[in-house]
Amino acid sequence: MNALDFSVVVDALPFLWKGLQFSLLLTAVAFVAGLVLGTGLALVQHLQVPVLAQLAKGYVALIRSIPLIMVLFWFFFLVPLIAGWMFNNGRPMPVGGVLTAFLTFSLFEAAYYSEIIRVGLRSVGKGQYEAADALSLSTLQTYRHIILPQVFRVTSPIILSQTIILFQDTSLVYVLSLTDLVGAASKVAQLNGRLVEMYLTVAAVYLVICTSASQLVAVLRKRTRIATNR
Amino acid sequence: MNSPVPTDPVIRLTEVNKHYGNFHALRDVSLEVAKGEKIIICGPSGSGKSTLIRCINRIERHDSGEILVDGHRLTGDTKDVAAIRREVGMVFQSFNLFPHMTILENCTIAPRKSRGLGKAEAEERAMHYLTKVRIPDQAGKYPGQLSGGQQQRVAIARALCMQPRVMLFDEPTSALDPEMVKEVLDTMVELAEEGMTMLCVTHEMGFARQVADRVIFMDRGEKIEEAAPGAFFTNPQSPRAREFLQQVIH
Repeated sequence: MNALDFSVVVDALPFLWKGLQFSLLLTAVAFVAGLVLGTGLALVQHLQVPVLAQLAKGYVALIRSIPLIMVLFWFFFLVPLIAGWMFNNGRPMPVGGVLTAFLTFSLFEAAYYSEIIRVGLRSVGKGQYEAADALSLSTLQTYRHIILPQVFRVTSPIILSQTIILFQDTSLVYVLSLTDLVGAASKVAQLNGRLVEMYLTVAAVYLVICTSASQLVAVLRKRTRIATNR
Repeated sequence: MNSPVPTDPVIRLTEVNKHYGNFHALRDVSLEVAKGEKIIICGPSGSGKSTLIRCINRIERHDSGEILVDGHRLTGDTKDVAAIRREVGMVFQSFNLFPHMTILENCTIAPRKSRGLGKAEAEERAMHYLTKVRIPDQAGKYPGQLSGGQQQRVAIARALCMQPRVMLFDEPTSALDPEMVKEVLDTMVELAEEGMTMLCVTHEMGFARQVADRVIFMDRGEKIEEAAPGAFFTNPQSPRAREFLQQVIH
């Protein structure tokens, strides 16, 4: 085996950087969209909204029992068929890899975030609702100003942990031939044959980003612990 | 329907009943409270005294009977409920301050969101009532940084910021360390002296003697006795009240 030559990595840096940007963008979009949708899924269950609560529960159970890579595949192959059957006289309507990735990750993460938030909602005491009621705050105002801020505060370490997993999972978009960090590295590696250097670099990047984020989780945990103690 | 009644009485309960499953929590309770009156409600635990005052602002809903508060009849109508809650302040045993908000924010959130006050006006009002309960210097802190007695005084100020016509107190000193009971009771005495209409569930018999116009004794969901504090404490009519007073006073 040849000695390691990391000069190839330096040449590939601009391309890898583009890949990393896509990974980060996908993570950010899935985080925001997943959190908004997940909060909705948790709230309809918490408020026991008829029909919607059962639908949300079923959706979360379904998504959480299917591997992410399967969801990506199904979305990529099935949705064009369904969309075509619905809107295009049965001719498939391709969704495209990028849109598939953004939609799938958002919908997938929503299920996981909703479970975290649902547990968080149960941690807020009855007295908080009673105090908000007694102050004549509406249900919407109560959740927006009183309940959800406390839920996000309590669950922030778990939400961030889940987001670290999400960031790692974005590498699965290689099955859609997208150029995320892993995709970029593998494309370069196929050209120059320097698989080991490229994948070592990618691993190092993931390591640095994820350990830094984990440090942040530890800080958040400490802060929420102090907040609940006082 | 919204049939306006004369402002006297502020609160009128007529044959109110409440069940928790098979447990009959309130049995045909009737009560009238005039403006400015101070009513003390006492009785053994599980007698329905907390349930009674929690029905007045619909933290609990009654099953039958009629509750009129400040001219509004309490039904399922959310507009009436909201109107009543704006006029009725409540102080809880466990304070129930919002832990993620500063003391000032605790006091301004409801006036701003429910009464529609501007930020500056709401803060000015909050500082006024925080000064009244003698903790204006704590306005920037969080509830968890305050003692129990201070937290309960904030809770009183928070309720007052809505400028209610009636204040409900649900065992406001029961969760406090003994040395903090007095500071909260002193605040409540001041409030009483200013003419606030008050309904207070408490076991503080000294406070009851000092401020009450009437004492109501409840047991097993029923209003057993209703009397001026002097008469109630020196000469309770029912054996159950006598028994209760012996236990509380010793």
